[in-house]
Amino acid sequence: MTILVSEKTDRLLAVVPTAALRPEQGAAVLLPGGTSAAVFLLHDGSLHAVGNIDPFYGAPVICHGIVGDRAGAPTVASPLGKQVFCLRTGRCLDDPSASLPVFEVTAADDGVIHLSMTGNNREIPVGQS
Amino acid sequence: MRVIVIGHGMVGHRFAEALTDRDHSETVQVTVLSEEPRPAYDRVALSSFFDGADEEALRLPELDAERVDLRLGVAAESIDRDRKVVVTTDGGEVTYDELVLATGSYPFVPPVEGHDAPGCFVYRTLDDLDAIREAAACAQAGVVIGGGLLGLEAANALRLLGLAPHVVELAPHLMAMQIDEGGGALLADLVTGLGVTVHCGAATTRVTTDPGTGRVTGVELADGTRIDAGIVVFAAGIRPRDQLARDCGLEAGPRGGVVVDEACRSASDPRIHAIGEVACLGGRVFGLVAPGYAMAETVADRLLGGHATVPDADLSTKLKLLGIDVASFGDAKATAEGALEVVVNDPVRKAYGKLVVSDDAKTLLGGILVGDASQYALLRAMVGAELSEDPSVLITGANTRSGERVLGVGALPGAAQICSCNAVTKGRLLAAITGGEASDVPGLKACTRAGTGCGSCVPALRQLLESAGVEQSRAICEHFAVSRAELFEIIAGAGIRTFTEVIESHGRGRGCDLCKPAVASILASLHTGDHVLDGERAALQDTNDRHLANMQRNGTYSVVPRVPGGEITPAKLRVLAEVAEEFGLYTKITGGQRIDLFGARLEQLPRIWRRLVDAGFESGHAYGKAIRTVKSCVGSTWCRYGVADSVGLAIELELRYRGLRSPHKLKGGVSGCARECAEARSKDFGVIATEAGWNLYVGGNGGFRPRHAELLVSDVPRSELITIIDRFLMFYIRTADRLQRTASWVEGLEGGLSHLREVIVDDSLGICASLDEAMSRHVSGYADEWRAVLDDPERLAKFSSFVNAPEAPDPMITFTSERGQRIPAPSRPLLPLEPR
Repeated sequence: MTILVSEKTDRLLAVVPTAALRPEQGAAVLLPGGTSAAVFLLHDGSLHAVGNIDPFYGAPVICHGIVGDRAGAPTVASPLGKQVFCLRTGRCLDDPSASLPVFEVTAADDGVIHLSMTGNNREIPVGQS
Repeated sequence: MRVIVIGHGMVGHRFAEALTDRDHSETVQVTVLSEEPRPAYDRVALSSFFDGADEEALRLPELDAERVDLRLGVAAESIDRDRKVVVTTDGGEVTYDELVLATGSYPFVPPVEGHDAPGCFVYRTLDDLDAIREAAACAQAGVVIGGGLLGLEAANALRLLGLAPHVVELAPHLMAMQIDEGGGALLADLVTGLGVTVHCGAATTRVTTDPGTGRVTGVELADGTRIDAGIVVFAAGIRPRDQLARDCGLEAGPRGGVVVDEACRSASDPRIHAIGEVACLGGRVFGLVAPGYAMAETVADRLLGGHATVPDADLSTKLKLLGIDVASFGDAKATAEGALEVVVNDPVRKAYGKLVVSDDAKTLLGGILVGDASQYALLRAMVGAELSEDPSVLITGANTRSGERVLGVGALPGAAQICSCNAVTKGRLLAAITGGEASDVPGLKACTRAGTGCGSCVPALRQLLESAGVEQSRAICEHFAVSRAELFEIIAGAGIRTFTEVIESHGRGRGCDLCKPAVASILASLHTGDHVLDGERAALQDTNDRHLANMQRNGTYSVVPRVPGGEITPAKLRVLAEVAEEFGLYTKITGGQRIDLFGARLEQLPRIWRRLVDAGFESGHAYGKAIRTVKSCVGSTWCRYGVADSVGLAIELELRYRGLRSPHKLKGGVSGCARECAEARSKDFGVIATEAGWNLYVGGNGGFRPRHAELLVSDVPRSELITIIDRFLMFYIRTADRLQRTASWVEGLEGGLSHLREVIVDDSLGICASLDEAMSRHVSGYADEWRAVLDDPERLAKFSSFVNAPEAPDPMITFTSERGQRIPAPSRPLLPLEPR
């Protein structure tokens, strides 16, 4: 099963209460279709969201990874295989063949953030047949 | 070509290795006859057998079984040179094209009265050592006849066995073969200080025996002195074991040994070669391993068509006898014409050094070092080279005025031999480093063999790596330039309690998955009472610690409650069964004598633990780099053979150390008798009951590289045992690297196990009080961290599946079943999983 997110227009995927986020930690966000995203609130207040599925294991665990930086870029390490992914690009810094989908995160006024996909028309594989 | 090697000691072993290594055509068939029932071992390190090492630790690398037919317990009976056949003691015959004699030597026992009485021993093989150990149990004092290298080793062995040792030496001073009178005097002084009574210039006239039992009661010396002792060890020199050669008519030297030419070929038969202590080369027999190795390499080369000859023997020796450095190298006795001697005798530092230089004082010829041989490796390598400094400065290695080190490995020429045991030059080592073959000391050992003999050149190897610009970095990661041990000191010393504080003051950037868990672990080790999930610390925790459960490959968790010592009531077993059934958990018995419940989803963990905590269970820390279990056998309560209550001790230890976070996981074991059913010696700390108390073994490991734990202390009472384990664990926690198990930590300790014993038993660093205090803080600060989660809504909130649907099960996680239990449904990773 894969989810194909629509091509052009921004599509709101989820609404997340900011109070539920802890600095320097991730949290899982349930998305329509049963897959999930990992949202991170960093120490400087910046927000990042990437796909929650570890591409090496097919398990929904990226939200539990340790965040940090590598050569200045914000990263998260998979809690299973410890591969490090760039939070900005989703690219795996330890294995160029792997990457995570990246979501758009925008802070809305009323203590929530919006998670959306901005027209990058990519498949979000969910790791299950 | 059929090659037979008679003798499987260090030299015979080296020969077989060298021959098969170099025989690229693979046409050579090698048969090795080994009289001893065990494969070759490091005889040079024999004495470490009494210092906790076992047979396995002394064993040399295995020979290639496909190329070498090693016959253990089979000796040669005779050699039929006409038929080119060796008759073996098991009645067989083996035909050879080339025959290599490596039968070594036997200890010389002076024919004094009583020399063969029960209680007299020699010091040569592991069996000899076993026999000495057995006899030592019922003796108070022991006499070693011979004050040479081997004699002092034997004296130390007796000392380690708890006997008062005496050394009787015929020559006017100790180690007369290697050192001079000045060095000998200081050595005698230092040895006496360690409880060894030295009798020099003394001849043994007879060994006295009990008229009734015939057992040894002591020795009498020529001057009438009588020494009472239950054990006599002869270490008065060696004689070549050349009887086989004599019997088949090979020429022998005047003082024994098969006469050979510079290619180690017998003077009487070109198909027979002799190497090591059985060879008489240039009229001499060499009792050291380095010349033996050189002979082995020479014959291997010749048999494969080479033209090697045995190089001039390097008779340099360096050893640590009873903790005292003694070294001699080159022309130590100043036999060269016009040689000058420069002596520095420092009675305050207890160090004696002599350098022998050429008559023009320009070239180093040799030297002797006693008490401090730190300059040995470099000085030995400089023999024959022009002196770079004033000789007296070279002896101490420091410019006495400025205190600067003056002699480094950089000063040596490329041809200088850094490792004399294996004849490895500085040039070869540099080539290995710059060619990328090796980037650390273990790497150099593996590719050049340097440092694998006596080990005295290891500091020089380290220097060479540094001078070649290979940084021996122990930095944790890009965020911290310090090692874990240094970080521990920083955090403990400055009283730091948060990651932000430590990275801002001593690091750079924002951290990563290496340094964050390392800091989390250090903070947890220092502050047992603080919860690992509180405040900023939650974000530092590694995968399993983050949710106090073991994450499995499909993103679910396994739960392992503590079952101390593996002892559990039927009622508690029933609770585990009920919980597993209610939550559909897969159950499996672990290797640590407890039960693992698999397949819990994150949001189920608090409900599972509520049930477990209510039934009296607590966290088992299976998820942590922490104490896991203390495994036990059933012990004297039930077992017919048990001599002590192993279950009771295991429970006490497990409860004492539960929750203690460490650089890596820690496992313990307690066996109630020497049968060792708890497999305690494969644990980080293993305790085995004896008739007199408990033996403690440390540094064991199963896993990737199995290692038996080594004996740290024996026959100690329970309270002392616990104090020593306390200190062992705390010292490890303070000084180990990130993710370093105790096995590799113990191996990497400078000074090894004896250093560890000095630190935690004898308190040589004066830190035992603080180690004890740290452990008592841990014990009193412990609280079950799962109960603490259940009692706190803030902590409980961390166990929700989704921020936008806290109790919703993750639809991605699905199960199937196998053998009646639930297992993860096969996942489809996007990428093939390859070992990283």
